[in-house]
Amino acid sequence: MSDSHVAQPGAWQQFWQSKRNRRRVTLTVKFLFAAVTLAITLLPILFTLSSAFNGGGSLSATRLLPAKPTMENFRVILVENDFWLWLRNSATVSSIAAVLSGFLTMLTAYSFSRFRFHGREHLLLMILIVQVFPSLLAMIALFSLLQQIGQYVSFVGLNQLGGLIFLYLGGAISINVWLMKGFFDSIPREIDEAGMVEGATHWQIFWKLLFPLVRPIILVIMILTFFGTFGDWLLPRLMIQDADKYTLMLGLQQFIVNDYGNNWGTFAAGAVLGAIPQVTVFIILQEYIVGGLTAGSVKG
Amino acid sequence: MTKTEAFHKNAGSLSLGRIGLVLLGLIIFDAFAMWFIYQMLGDGVWQLAAMVGAVALLVNGIWLHPRGYPLRWMSPGFSFMILISIFPILMTIYYAFTNYGTGHILTKTQSIAVFEARTYLPDDANVYDYTVFQGEDGRYALWLQSQNNAGTFATSDGTLVEGIGPLDADGIPETVANYRRLTKAQSLRAIAELADMQFGAAPNVVQITARPGEAAQLAPRFVYDPATDTLRDQQKEILYTADAERGAFVAADGQELIPGYQVPVGWRNFDRFLNNPSFRGPLLPIFIWTFIYAGATVLVAFSFGLAIAIAFGRDMPFGRFIKSLFIIPFAVPGVLSILIWRGLLNPLNGVVSTTLAEMLGQPIGWPPVFSDPFWVKVALIGINVWLVYPYFMLINSGALQAIPQDMYEAAEIDGANAWQQFRYLTLPLLLVGVGPLLIGSFIANFNSFNTIYLFNDGGPPIAGAATPAGHSDILISYVYRLAFGGGGGQDFGYAAAISMIIFVILLLFTLLQFRYMRIWEGVGENV
Repeated sequence: MSDSHVAQPGAWQQFWQSKRNRRRVTLTVKFLFAAVTLAITLLPILFTLSSAFNGGGSLSATRLLPAKPTMENFRVILVENDFWLWLRNSATVSSIAAVLSGFLTMLTAYSFSRFRFHGREHLLLMILIVQVFPSLLAMIALFSLLQQIGQYVSFVGLNQLGGLIFLYLGGAISINVWLMKGFFDSIPREIDEAGMVEGATHWQIFWKLLFPLVRPIILVIMILTFFGTFGDWLLPRLMIQDADKYTLMLGLQQFIVNDYGNNWGTFAAGAVLGAIPQVTVFIILQEYIVGGLTAGSVKG
Repeated sequence: MTKTEAFHKNAGSLSLGRIGLVLLGLIIFDAFAMWFIYQMLGDGVWQLAAMVGAVALLVNGIWLHPRGYPLRWMSPGFSFMILISIFPILMTIYYAFTNYGTGHILTKTQSIAVFEARTYLPDDANVYDYTVFQGEDGRYALWLQSQNNAGTFATSDGTLVEGIGPLDADGIPETVANYRRLTKAQSLRAIAELADMQFGAAPNVVQITARPGEAAQLAPRFVYDPATDTLRDQQKEILYTADAERGAFVAADGQELIPGYQVPVGWRNFDRFLNNPSFRGPLLPIFIWTFIYAGATVLVAFSFGLAIAIAFGRDMPFGRFIKSLFIIPFAVPGVLSILIWRGLLNPLNGVVSTTLAEMLGQPIGWPPVFSDPFWVKVALIGINVWLVYPYFMLINSGALQAIPQDMYEAAEIDGANAWQQFRYLTLPLLLVGVGPLLIGSFIANFNSFNTIYLFNDGGPPIAGAATPAGHSDILISYVYRLAFGGGGGQDFGYAAAISMIIFVILLLFTLLQFRYMRIWEGVGENV
């Protein structure tokens, strides 16, 4: 017993001495680790995909490979439910909110980048501090704000898509202003000065000279804002009562919440369809997203 | 002064046409703002009116003052921010000191208006003989005749109708515009419906009385007297006095009129959870669980994300491809992921439970992630880690790449083993950048309402709590439950008071974050 105990480390050490062996072991361990983590990460998504194509549609019938693949669940969610209506509501709210927010962000960032004025640093800091308090915390006040405003201007009131858009605009001035300001800062001032020599106004310099240069960035910011809004569930839940004004997330949640057992397959189909746009865009914009996240970390 | 700065100085003074355009825009903006403020003051909504007024003044100042030019660009964005981000935060603080909630939703002005609109049938009311008419669209109207026999036509929605036809011997027309006269029998058949209706425009509103063929004029039931701040109930002859502490009109015998109105109540909401055991009872475990939930999520997700980032780092074949697969869960909207997990973890027929039953011989229904407080919490942390760790994987691999390779070579020459390299080189350097994001993520998860609410609605419920509360509720979902959860009504004031606790905690952590950033900045520069 003691012999083998002594001998084993010896053999192990010998094996470990070889760089090739060491690399092989490390790689094996890494691939095992990859398999486990990928399973944890992707299995829930694969199960959902499978449920979407599975006939029957009950929760208990979930298998990794559908027994008899069918499009029935997709037909039910698209034809017998209000999927398209919810999608249209979501797309309307998110796209208007994203375009307006993007525009406000651009104007604000341009001013921070190109002008020096009293209180500039304080305003920049204030943006960061206001960000800390999620709008969720003030949900009661937001609710009564919409209720009060809606009494006078009905299309931005409670239970109105306009009211939702209005609330999302409150978050337009966000960390994105900092990001956007950074991009404006990186555009040489000489471009502005060339415009000034030609007698262009600030608006013309902004719109004709600088905007084309930052257009790709602002597009990415708008797309990310769009999906941030698209994926929001809580504000619609608080502010919208009528089923015909549900956003997609709210509609799918209300659809599944009452009857998990029987609606599972249909919900899975809806979830797959609801996730496709964002997953596609995120994979295309991978570089930007990872870049944006790590820029935050590396710069601090 | 450079050419650019000189130009900026003059930016405000531009051509006359432009100034005219600015003025025109401001006039339209101000007209709208003033109309809005006027309406709101009429309803006693003075906080919002004051805030809109302040924003309008600010915008005017920025656009009229020459040095405000740079601020013009941000005035729309910041106006929204003040109105929709900052104002609600201030209002939440205000609500924490009021009785705002079920029965006290309205302002005092609105509450008085509600009572003044109520009517009753006085004993000595003006009485009329009526004849029923019915329009082509089925709506009813009355032809009313008083003692002196002058007839008037009163429709159910109070609109005036022209075109009264020729009167018969009793002074009643056959037709009025497109309304047709009903016979006695016809009107008797509709009497139940007619008895609930009111006819004519205010203040001459009549209702059918119990006596056949007789209608009487309704009188306002409550009369408000601003001098004494009282409401007089004309019907029962009771005087209700405004009680600024209870936020309602109260009779001498203590009876309150419903609905009441909003009033400041001082520290009463805070007093409840500080000194009342039945309110404090559920709050303490919720408070502790919120910290455990957010802390465990960040810690596990960070470690897991870091492990993956290191493992699939430089020399891993397909490393890039594998890492890009982690984008997928990150890209699925979180709401959908949580709802999917709720299905997969369903103890009775979810795939996790059934697989465990097959593989380990566990009974069906295990783990009880919906009914057992411990297992609910385990599941919630698990789900939240699943949602968050791809984020940490992505930022960690970015931060790892920023660490210069030659530092590891130097460490190797110094004889540092892998663990020492990680402990004394990788981790400290990584935390320079990622540290503040860890705190940021803690703050975000401190308020991750969706996971808690969508998975199990904060349940299972805590038995015997003064207000409904669940074992897996975090502070923010508890606030939601108090404010919108139904059950015992909406308690906005108390919910806002609890929001204040969250405010304070967030503020502390943000200060910590800012400090942390500065400290590590110094370290970063030394490296």
